[in-house]
Amino acid sequence: MNLTLKIWRQKNAKDKGQMVDYKIGGIEPDMSFLEMLDVLNNELVEKGDDPVAFDHDCREGICGMCSLFINGEAHGPDRGITTCQLHMRKFKDGDTIYIEPFRAKAFPVIKDLVVDRSSFDRIQHAGGFISVNTSGNTQDANNIPIKKHDADRAFDAATCIGCGACVASCKNSSAMLFVSAKVSQFALLPQGRVEATERVLNMVEAMDQEGFGNCTNTGACEVECPKGISLENIARMNREYLAASIK
Amino acid sequence: MAKSALLKSSLGKKYWMALTGLFLCLFLVGHLAGNLQLIFGTDLQFNQYAYFMTSNPAVKILSYLTYFSILFHAVDGIMLTIQNKKARPVGYVKNNAAANSTWQSRNMAVLGTLLLVFIATHMVNFWAKMHFSEMPLQQQTVSQPIPMTNEKIDVVVYNTTTGSFIAQQQVEGGEFEVRNNKEFYIKGSDIKFAEGYKDLYKITVDFFKDPSYGLVFTLFYVFSMAVLAFHLLHGFASAFQSLGANNPKYNGLIKGLGKLFAIIVPLLFAIIPIYIHFIK
Ligand code: HEM
Ligand code: SF4
Ligand code: FES
Repeated sequence: MNLTLKIWRQKNAKDKGQMVDYKIGGIEPDMSFLEMLDVLNNELVEKGDDPVAFDHDCREGICGMCSLFINGEAHGPDRGITTCQLHMRKFKDGDTIYIEPFRAKAFPVIKDLVVDRSSFDRIQHAGGFISVNTSGNTQDANNIPIKKHDADRAFDAATCIGCGACVASCKNSSAMLFVSAKVSQFALLPQGRVEATERVLNMVEAMDQEGFGNCTNTGACEVECPKGISLENIARMNREYLAASIK
Repeated sequence: MAKSALLKSSLGKKYWMALTGLFLCLFLVGHLAGNLQLIFGTDLQFNQYAYFMTSNPAVKILSYLTYFSILFHAVDGIMLTIQNKKARPVGYVKNNAAANSTWQSRNMAVLGTLLLVFIATHMVNFWAKMHFSEMPLQQQTVSQPIPMTNEKIDVVVYNTTTGSFIAQQQVEGGEFEVRNNKEFYIKGSDIKFAEGYKDLYKITVDFFKDPSYGLVFTLFYVFSMAVLAFHLLHGFASAFQSLGANNPKYNGLIKGLGKLFAIIVPLLFAIIPIYIHFIK
């Protein structure tokens, strides 16, 4: 496959940045998108150019590091996957592919396609945990009976990998899907109920402070989320927040 | 609770958006039911409805709630939109938003602003006239038998809120006089004996049938109802999500109801000016 790549290049956080065109050949349909970028970077390094900086780690869809806004969609045109799971067979010979960083005020660009998503970490620190005694006499979690229905939903919410595709896709750069997944995974379980009130108030406050936008229920996040996190979680967080606010 | 911010937080603002939006949906139903009398009712029935809407104390409370809701909804909506724009200072070169969201969901602020322009225009066209300016009073022609003959004669009368008639001649002839645009007094005295109905029906029909601007306003009203339809196509179901009502069992129902509401209500509103301009 021969492709034209239009890639966002930005030297550092202060640089203005711009789109730069690259021609690339010899791409196999079975390569992953990141492998295609590896090929490009090898060529750039051989020419003595600065390789394109992009985030990645596990390359199997579980860490959430790989980001990229590809042809106008977070993680590219495929559904239910991260960029490392996107294959070049989704593209055709001769295609032009736009590759941009995730855009949000709360996700500032560090270099090229790499953005700083530590705002998510700070939201987690504000309440995305439960306080349990881990000093050695920890109770077996299975001692507490939990309805399968609830356990399944909590687990579904817990599959959020914090990739930020929801923020990148949202026209408002809202982090509601992420935060609601983190609120829901605990809200549905008895262990999480203990600190439920403080959790939702603190996490929403942290989310607002980071400069994410407000949800307008466009549903773009749910469509683009690699883990299929449902809008139900946002509604649950809305209920939790309302209940916590009037307590 | 110190941390809660039912007015300031992102979630709090959304509750108010949803509550005021849904209240406005209720208002639309009431407003529509009244307006449909322009098609299905008599001029007297429509004017009686208009009178009721401006004089009943319970309706007064509801109308203040409506003014408040529109203002709050518009200001809150515009503030949210400005914040949301600020949350992405550098945009995408290529953004395929149509792949993951509907057009109307992405354009609520534009649609809402157009609605605000419409509401302001509409209030100048009718509401302000009804409330603040001189209006003709509802009249009717009745045929009365001439005493001691078999003949009848047509008499122009004013309808009054007490259900009685006042002959136009008696007002023109100086027996009675009209004060405050609608109150009938015995000439030169403080004795008010009836109230007339402002003829909003005539104003409305004349407005949409006006030879110079009737067509323009008919088209503008129809266009605005299309805007309302798109606003509600997203807004109705969205409000339930904002308030936390999302249950897979009922989501289909809410979405379906929302679509029906968003199509039927604006359509019925839009038929009124079309009917008046082209058919009446
Ligand atoms: C009869 C008039 C109107 C009705 C029935 C109505 C109804 C609604 C409803 C039900 C929503 C959904 C709320 C939610 O998602 O929680 C909404 C959203 C919205 N409305 Fe209206 N609206 C009206 C007029 C206006 C006006 C005049 C504006 C002026 C700017 C406006 C701006 C907005 C905006 C920006 C949103 C999206 C806000 C968000 O989802 O966060 N609307 N509207
Ligand atoms: S909710 Fe989905 S899109 Fe958002 S961070 Fe979690 S996994 Fe990524
Ligand atoms: S690199 Fe870990 S999810 Fe893609």
